[in-house]
Amino acid sequence: MQPGYHMKKLVSYSVLILFLLTGCGGEPPPRVVELDGSTAMSGVMAVLREAFQERRPDIRLNCSGSGTGAGIEGVLSGQCGIGLASRELTGEETARGAVGHVIALDGIAVIVHPDNPVRELSTEALADVFTGRITRWTELGGEDRPIAAYGREAGSGTRSAFEAGLGAADRCVYTCEYCSTGDVVGNVANNPNGIGYASLSALDGSVQALRVAGTDCTLETVRQGGYPLRRPFLLVTCGDAPPGEAAGAFLQFAESAAAAPYLALAGAAAPEREGSDETAG
Amino acid sequence: MIDRRFRRRAAGWGAKALLWLCAAAVSVLLLAMMGYVCFRGLPGLSWQLLTEEESVLRGTAGILPGIVNTLLVIVLSLAAVLPLGVGAAVYLTEYAKSRALVRAVEFAAGVLSGIPSILYAMLGALLLCGRLGLRRTLLAGALTLAVMNLPAVLCAAQESLRAAPSSFREGALGLGAGKWFMIRTVVLPASLDGIVTGCILAVGRVVGETAVLMYTAGLSTAMQDFSSLRSALRASGATLSTVLYVYARERADFAAAFSVATVLLFITAVINLAASVMGRRSRRG
Amino acid sequence: MRRRGERAAHCLLFLCALATVALLLLITAYLIASGLPAIREIGLKNFLLGTVWDSASRENPRFGILPLLTASVCGAAGAMAAGVPLGVLTALFLTKAAPPGLAAALRYLVRLMAGIPSVVCGLVGMTVLVPFLRERLDLPAGDSLLAAVIVLTVMILPTVTELSEDALAATPPACEEASLALGATETETWFRVSLPAARKGIAAAAVLGTGRAMGETMAVLMVAGNVAGMPSPLRSVRFLTAGIAMELGYAAAGSLRQRALLSIALVLFVLILLMNILLSWGKER
Repeated sequence: MQPGYHMKKLVSYSVLILFLLTGCGGEPPPRVVELDGSTAMSGVMAVLREAFQERRPDIRLNCSGSGTGAGIEGVLSGQCGIGLASRELTGEETARGAVGHVIALDGIAVIVHPDNPVRELSTEALADVFTGRITRWTELGGEDRPIAAYGREAGSGTRSAFEAGLGAADRCVYTCEYCSTGDVVGNVANNPNGIGYASLSALDGSVQALRVAGTDCTLETVRQGGYPLRRPFLLVTCGDAPPGEAAGAFLQFAESAAAAPYLALAGAAAPEREGSDETAG
Repeated sequence: MIDRRFRRRAAGWGAKALLWLCAAAVSVLLLAMMGYVCFRGLPGLSWQLLTEEESVLRGTAGILPGIVNTLLVIVLSLAAVLPLGVGAAVYLTEYAKSRALVRAVEFAAGVLSGIPSILYAMLGALLLCGRLGLRRTLLAGALTLAVMNLPAVLCAAQESLRAAPSSFREGALGLGAGKWFMIRTVVLPASLDGIVTGCILAVGRVVGETAVLMYTAGLSTAMQDFSSLRSALRASGATLSTVLYVYARERADFAAAFSVATVLLFITAVINLAASVMGRRSRRG
Repeated sequence: MRRRGERAAHCLLFLCALATVALLLLITAYLIASGLPAIREIGLKNFLLGTVWDSASRENPRFGILPLLTASVCGAAGAMAAGVPLGVLTALFLTKAAPPGLAAALRYLVRLMAGIPSVVCGLVGMTVLVPFLRERLDLPAGDSLLAAVIVLTVMILPTVTELSEDALAATPPACEEASLALGATETETWFRVSLPAARKGIAAAAVLGTGRAMGETMAVLMVAGNVAGMPSPLRSVRFLTAGIAMELGYAAAGSLRQRALLSIALVLFVLILLMNILLSWGKER
């Protein structure tokens, strides 16, 4: 190997680095919208993203799931364009400039292992389980097993909506805290002792949803309000105007009636709209 | 007397048995783990999985974006860490006169290599993505990983530079070559194999890292726009190991997660093989 | 002209070397500057000895890291207690007792294991180990300190084995020959001469392994259950690293919560720094 060879390599290498650091590509930047937030919404967002992409191939959507609180923080600090929240915004968040757009309604299903004979719980019993007053399944008419109460981490939209719905905010005692919706579902599916809560849209055949206070958790009961544990799915923007045309286009699509069939496909209920939207689809 | 000799022999056999047992336990543990991953992951592995983007509407899986993102992060972080690491190593072995400086740099490299990845994740997210305004991009992730890999590349380069025979240097200098000219034409080529080994190890760490990339490079599993350099630098998404985490934790899709794990195992095996081949070459000189 | 090029190269390389130290100083300064004020605000005693970590509470947030710190220390100590003997004995097997072919194969396996991404370990841990522990020990859930210790043991095993092997291989053969010549058996020589001769290197391996166990994030996050209560072996625990990972995205920029996370990072950093000082102190002696 002659030395000149390595020299050439070294030079081309430094040119490459310079190129990368200055980022001189030439073309106009593509329109990318970063969406971040609730993991409960990841199923809904995956469907909406693809449907929107088919309509507007010139806009690229990037969906991440790091939790509702993180999504709202991300929007407020400018780290992402649209936040995903699976609960109502708090007064503090709206005071800092967060604006929520309801795109769907979701039920928080209470889930157990399919082998668990328990099929129904009252809200009081549910609160007792998650505040640690009931610790064995026998007390709920089940097998002689300990209860593993699975919950989400502090900051999760599902957790705060669930705890608020039970009237047990900040009083819940969990056996384990998991960082995402899928994690709770996966762990309940693996553990006959487990009970957890997760978005209705995230359920599959691996877990069993319980009747809560005499009502099944279905799209119908969630839409009509019969199911007690419900919450909205929000797209969150900073200030009144969405950041840029691309994000605005997606907001418009997600709120329109055209998105409704996709929401149904993902297992979330479309919210009641004003007349103009209803006819548009 | 006989009794004592017997006892010593028995102790010897016992000790040997203990060693064999330990080694057997370790190998069974490691083999079982890898075997289990392949057992659960291989059935889901297909050409389609490796070459397509996933689609929820069509119900297909695909990890191509993860593979592409991983490659981009590897290239970007090597581009940042190589000049820095090799440059520092060259300075330390060829130029540095002050023993204290060498010790300081080596100590700093030791500490940097011991810092948990979650700290790099935090610093990357707060400083690079936040303060410097890179936002969550593959570039930010790659730069964070470059800092994390700096000690490894520095060490590998330093070692192979030291191993380059000093007769080369003296010969070149004796012919009247300048020091830097001598280094780049004689010393660096002679230690290229060692430097490449260091790079391969750095690549291995990039492929395996999740914590840093989760917080600095994003979690999107959709295909990014790589049509121009500028858009590639603004792309944000999950690398393979992050894709595994997303499948296992956010979606509870264990079949897909194990398939990704199998791919990762395979990549790790290839990287290790490459590193040991290069390492042998560099030792032979 | 050439002189100027030489000088420019010298300067540039010096800057590269300095960059390593500068990066460490930057990280240290940033962690101290943003971590210390929060500790002062919370109170050092409340921070280090407080037993409740409830950072999300709106009325009464509490930032006691004792549960997290204890979990991290216990986890690392447990992994060390199991991993160091196993790793050292395996290293002894590799260097002394193993037939060459077997040693090469096992060595490759161990190196492969060292490169396996931690998410893969976590995935196997959560799908195999956690349900296994739940059934065997009749627990409500298998996510526990014990599960984390087992996973961490597997993860530090390659580090400890490789470094101990290096240390054992570096012991002067003259000592062993002398011992054999004096009538000691093979195994007596290995355990009474080779091991003590390599004790410094083995201690370094143990320290590095502990550091790795303390800093591990993803695997621990996946198997430990992450409830921030005071640790007990069969209950779910939250490690320092997992504590940062879980809340990094949630903490508003500049809030006390975010600064408290930086304080945790500072604590981890100081622990790693102490270990490194211990290491370089041991090297000098």
